[in-house]
Amino acid sequence: MLVGTLTPVATPFLVDIPFDTVYVRSIIVVSLYVSVIAVLLSAAVSLPIALIVGFSRFPGKRFLTSVINTGMGFPSVVVGLLVLFLVSNQGPLGEFELVFTKRAMIMSQFVLATPPITAISLAAIAGVDQNVRDAAHALGGTRVDVALVTIKEARYGIATAVLAGFGRAISEVGSVLIVGGNIAGADGVSKTRTLTTAISLEARQGRYETAMVLGGILFILVLLVNAVVVRLGDQGVQR
Amino acid sequence: MAIQRRRFVAAVGTGALAGLAGCSGLTGKTDDGNPTVAGETLTLTTTTSTYDTGLLGELNVPFQDMYGVTVDSVAKGTGAALETARNGDSDVVMVHARSLEDEFMREGYGVNRRDLMFNDFVIVGPESDPAGIQGTSSAADAFATIADSQAAFVSRGDNSGTHTKELIVWDQAGVEPGGDWYQETGQGMGEVLNIANQQSAYTLSDRGTFLSQRSEIDLTILVQGPIEGGPELLANPYGVIAVNPAVHENVNYDLAMAYIGYLTSPQAQDLIENYEANGEQLFFPRALSEEPNFQQYVPEGWSGTNSDR
Repeated sequence: MLVGTLTPVATPFLVDIPFDTVYVRSIIVVSLYVSVIAVLLSAAVSLPIALIVGFSRFPGKRFLTSVINTGMGFPSVVVGLLVLFLVSNQGPLGEFELVFTKRAMIMSQFVLATPPITAISLAAIAGVDQNVRDAAHALGGTRVDVALVTIKEARYGIATAVLAGFGRAISEVGSVLIVGGNIAGADGVSKTRTLTTAISLEARQGRYETAMVLGGILFILVLLVNAVVVRLGDQGVQR
Repeated sequence: MAIQRRRFVAAVGTGALAGLAGCSGLTGKTDDGNPTVAGETLTLTTTTSTYDTGLLGELNVPFQDMYGVTVDSVAKGTGAALETARNGDSDVVMVHARSLEDEFMREGYGVNRRDLMFNDFVIVGPESDPAGIQGTSSAADAFATIADSQAAFVSRGDNSGTHTKELIVWDQAGVEPGGDWYQETGQGMGEVLNIANQQSAYTLSDRGTFLSQRSEIDLTILVQGPIEGGPELLANPYGVIAVNPAVHENVNYDLAMAYIGYLTSPQAQDLIENYEANGEQLFFPRALSEEPNFQQYVPEGWSGTNSDR
């Protein structure tokens, strides 16, 4: 954290990273913690919505779909401002003292990740062949059975949806900076500092090498999570 | 050795401050006489200059060790730091724009402001100095020359302490800055120095951030601040203010006052005095004086004559 007091640490990155590994590790943990929790919550809300909207016919369905799609492009700093307004001590949720905490960051990431997860999984569910659903019905399946069959058919699309939500959450900087405050303790342990906010801080201080290394770590993390999710989606079977 | 000094200070400071806290009753006490602030968290909003120079980390570690507390520092511009405090989202602010601080105090959001330390602003620019301001003894004249020659100037443009000072200097120069040559970035000092460096532009910087970043950039000091004999207009005093617990009852006032007490103690003032980046002193302590003067707690422009006495 402090320029003068840290010694370079040899790493498997082939370069000496110019900061404490405790610092980096805690930033990675905070980034993953906030994004993963937010995405799990988003998925828990998004998938039922996608199923209900995807299965039913009602007036205004097209409109609702386009509203959900529009949400994918909602600017993160605006979400950050709205969440800050909610959690600030002057705001409606002020008594819970959420401002500058991970929970506030999860809230904003949740708002950001929900539209892409809903929209993409909705597209995946709508794309499942009607014959599959008819067949499930014909075999005497209940609504739940039909839903499960549809989810199974659409699992690649749903996995893609969750990954898109995760990608948006972990690579996002504007709102977590506003509601989280980019806080690290004096001992270098991150409290609300994520990879992205750390990168912006390092760049602000002109330490571009450090910022680049953190950027590389972020890239590798996203790559790893993608690989894991794709593998889960395949259930070990090559497609 | 920073670490050893830190330990030494922590050892000395613990005794001194435990005594002080006991006398002043700043911290609540349990039956066994231990301060009850332990385990609590202080939220400090501060300017990017104290954070980016690394001074804050140096100051906060002994405080945290001493009291067993956590300091969450949120670095923003002075304007944003004060705004966060206005909303009751921080317990204490450490900032550097006296006019904004006075406004904050007058509105009743802050209590117990203390002078903390000072350094100064410098006008930096490319070594080639296209506007030819080197050697100018007045900051306002230098700004006027830059405006006349339409040389590139990068402004913080973020309502920070540095931006506030910049606007005061433009005002004194009789220039309303604008046009292609004047760029508002809305970013922190470090970023602005990088941008000015990339564009070979002038900018106003606090000396601390400039010195701590000097090895990364090619800009040079063209007009010095008062520390090196430059104009008094470029002085940069820092103050620390507790958020008024009568306005925001959720703020941790006891811990805020313990922190202010620590920052203005001989121990912390020594840390400030001895803090260096690239071999140069960045900040000059100002909290302690053999002739403590009441004026330091009073808003700017206060005459003292309109009080009821």
